[in-house]
Amino acid sequence: MKTITRATKAELAKGWEYAPAPEAHDYIKLRSRYGLFIGGKWLAPHSRKYFATINPATEEKLADIALGDPEDVDRAVKAARHAYDRYWRRLAPAARAKYIYRIARAITERSRELAVLESMDGGKPIKESRDVDIPLAAAHFFYYAGWADKLDWAFPNAVPRPLGVAGQIIPWNFPVLMAAWKIAPAIACGNTVVLKPAETTPLTALLLAEIIEQADLPPGVVNILTGPGPTGSALVNHPALDKIAFTGSTEVGKIIAKACAKRNRHVTLELGGKAANIVFDDAAIDQAVEGIINGIFFNQGHVCCAGSRLLVQESVHEAVVEKLHRRMQSLRVGDPLDKNTDIGAINSKQQLKKIEELAASGDQDGCRRFQTECALPARGYWFRPTFFTGVALSHRIAQEEIFGPVLSVMTFRTPEEAVDKANNTRYGLSAGVWTDKGSKNFKITSQLRAGVVWANTFNKFDPTSPFGGYKESGFGREGGRHGLLPYLELT
Amino acid sequence: MKPARLPVRKTYKLFVGGEFARSESGRTMAIARRDGTHHVARATRKDVRDAVRAARGAWAGWRGRTAYNRGQIIYRLAEMMESRREQFVDVLLSGGATAREAAREFEAAVDRAIWYAGWCDKIEQVLSTKNPVAGPHFNVSSPEPTGVVGVLAPAQPSLLGLVSTVIPPLSGGNVVVALAPSSDPLSAIAFAEAAATSDMPKGVLNILTGEPAELLPHVAAHFDVNALDIWTADSGLAERAHVAACESVKRVRRSGTRDRKFWFGDASQSPRWIEAFMEIKTVWHPAGV
Repeated sequence: MKTITRATKAELAKGWEYAPAPEAHDYIKLRSRYGLFIGGKWLAPHSRKYFATINPATEEKLADIALGDPEDVDRAVKAARHAYDRYWRRLAPAARAKYIYRIARAITERSRELAVLESMDGGKPIKESRDVDIPLAAAHFFYYAGWADKLDWAFPNAVPRPLGVAGQIIPWNFPVLMAAWKIAPAIACGNTVVLKPAETTPLTALLLAEIIEQADLPPGVVNILTGPGPTGSALVNHPALDKIAFTGSTEVGKIIAKACAKRNRHVTLELGGKAANIVFDDAAIDQAVEGIINGIFFNQGHVCCAGSRLLVQESVHEAVVEKLHRRMQSLRVGDPLDKNTDIGAINSKQQLKKIEELAASGDQDGCRRFQTECALPARGYWFRPTFFTGVALSHRIAQEEIFGPVLSVMTFRTPEEAVDKANNTRYGLSAGVWTDKGSKNFKITSQLRAGVVWANTFNKFDPTSPFGGYKESGFGREGGRHGLLPYLELT
Repeated sequence: MKPARLPVRKTYKLFVGGEFARSESGRTMAIARRDGTHHVARATRKDVRDAVRAARGAWAGWRGRTAYNRGQIIYRLAEMMESRREQFVDVLLSGGATAREAAREFEAAVDRAIWYAGWCDKIEQVLSTKNPVAGPHFNVSSPEPTGVVGVLAPAQPSLLGLVSTVIPPLSGGNVVVALAPSSDPLSAIAFAEAAATSDMPKGVLNILTGEPAELLPHVAAHFDVNALDIWTADSGLAERAHVAACESVKRVRRSGTRDRKFWFGDASQSPRWIEAFMEIKTVWHPAGV
C-alpha cells in the first residue's frame, strides 16, 4: 500500500471541496420592528427611536429594534418592582419552579428557530448555536428551575431571601445563553429582572421574551429592554434597583462597579480574560492541538474564557506549532448558516477593527504571523484564524484581550515558569493545562489563579458547573449551587 | 525607705513583616489612657505599601501550608493570647473597661480565635461541590484564598472586633493588612505581640496604627490588595474606599453594624466571614480511558 505522506495529506485537504449545506431559515418569521418587553407587554419606546440589527455575515438589516431611553428604563424597573411585590415573592416556590421549567421546555421546542436566529444575528456557526448555545440555555433554565423550591437546603444554617429587582446587562458573544445565565438563577431565587441584551445581538433575547410571554409568567417578572450603551448606563444608575449583574469588558465593569459602590448596591461582574493554555511535553500532543483550536477559535474567539495565550514547553514547541498550523488550514471560514462552517463572521465592524488593530500590533512587535489561506466571503466581517509565535509577555497581544480568533504562542522550560507566565496577567477567568501526568495536573491546576481550569480539555460549560473569575475578571459565580449566591441574601 | 521600682514603659510600634517598626515618617499620635499618655506610631502611605509587600511575600507560604497546619498556628495564637491574659486585660482596663467587661471581651476574643482555628480544615469541605455535569467529565468547585486582604478593624470592641475580622481571612489562607482603630489602638498592638510569638510566619498578619481615614484610601487603591473588609466603616469613608477599590476589581465587604454588642453575639462568627475572602475555582478533568 502506498504510504500517504504528510505533504500528500495536506494536498488532499486542500482539494477537498465541501458542497454547501445551508440550514434553512425561510421559516423564521421576523417582525420588521421590535418593541420593548415591559410588564408583559410589547411597548413602543418612549423616544420613538429604533435602531437596525444586521446580519454580520451579509451586512443586511434583519429588523428594527426599539431604543430604550431612561424613561423606558424607569418603566421597566417599576414593572419589575410591581411584579416582585405583587406576584413573584408571594408565589409558592414550587410554582415558581414550574414556570421556569416551562421556559426550559419551550426553549428546547423552539431550539432550531433560536439557533438559526442566533447565527443570523451574531454570526456564529450554526453547529455551535445548535449544539452548544441553545441546549445549554435550555439546560440552564431546567437546572435552576429545580432550585427554586429547594433554596432552604442550599446553604447550611442560613435563611435565603431574594434581593428584589435585578438589572442585568449581557454581551453579544453568547446572546441567548448569557440571557439564560442571568435570568434563570435570578428568578429561581425569587427576584424579578430587567435584562438589557447587547446592541448588536438583541433578536434571540426578544424571542426569549416571546417564550416567556407564552409561558404565562406573571407580567413584569422578566423585562427585556433593548438599546445601546447609554440604555445600559441608565439601567445601572436607576435608583430603585437592588442588584446589578454584568457580563462584558473589564473597562465597562469597573465603571459599573463604581456606580454600584456609590449606591451601595449588590453587584456581580463577569469580565474579560486572557487565559493561558499550557501544553507540557508529556501531553497527548494531537489532543492538545484539538484543544488549542477549540480554545481559541470556538465562536471566532469571541469568548471571555478563550485560551488566547498558548504556553508550550520548549521541547515540543516546534512540533506543536507545525501541527497547529496544519490543523488550522482545515478550518472552514464562511457562511454561519452552513453546517460545515467552523468559523463564522466577526460580530460587528467595530469588533473587526479592534481585532485588526491588535493583530497589527503583533506584527509591529516583531512576532511571526500564521494564518489560514482560505478564501473569505466578499461581504460581511471576517478575520482569518491566526496565531503569532515569538510573542513576549510584554507585547500587547500577550496582555490585552483581543476577543477574536488570534492566538499568542509563547514558550516555557519549567513548570514554575509556566505557572508564573500563566498568572502574569490582570485577568483570572480561565486556564488550560495539558499533561498526561496526573499528579502534575493537580499541582498545576491548583497554582493557576483562575476561576475555571480545564485540564486536558477546554471550553466546556454546564449549568451545574460554577463559572466566574479571579482578579480583574470579576467576582460572583454563574452556574451550580454557587450561582445562587449572587441573587440571595443569607441571614 | 527604698523607692518603689520605676516601671519600664513600652514604645508602641507598627507590626509589619513580623517586625515591630516605627512609622517611616517618624510620626506618632498621642493616646490618653488611664495609665497616662502613650505615643503610638502613625502609619503613612509608605507604611501601607511596605505592609502590602510583606503580606504578598508571605502569601505563597501561608496558603501553601496544609489547612491542618494553619489551624494549629491560629490555635497557637489563641494559646499565646490566653497566656498573656493579664496584659490584654490591663490594656482593656486602661481603655476604660470595667474589670468584668475587660474579662468578658478578652475571653470572647480567645474563644473566637479557637473557633476559627477549627474552621481552617473544614471550610473547603463546606463550600466545595462536585458538579454532576452532563458529560464524561470529573468536575469540582472548591474555595481558594483570594490573596491580600485589607481589614479596617472595628472601632469597638477594640480587641474582639480585631480578632473577629482578621482571623477569618487568615483561616482561609489569606494574608492580612489590618488598620487598628485610632480611638483605641493598644489592643491591636498587644494582639500583634501575641501573633509575633505564635509561630505565625512573618508577614502573614500586619497591623498598622494611625488614622484609618488617612490610610484606608491607600489600601483601597493598592493594586496588590485583592479584597477589603470595611464592614464597620462609616458610610462616607466606606463609599470612598469602595469606589477606589473598584479600579482593581476588589472584593469588598461593607455595610455591617457599628454596634459593639454585635460582636459578642452568635451572628458575629460564621464561615460566611471566611467565604467572603475566598474565590471558587472549578476544575474540569475528562473521565475516560
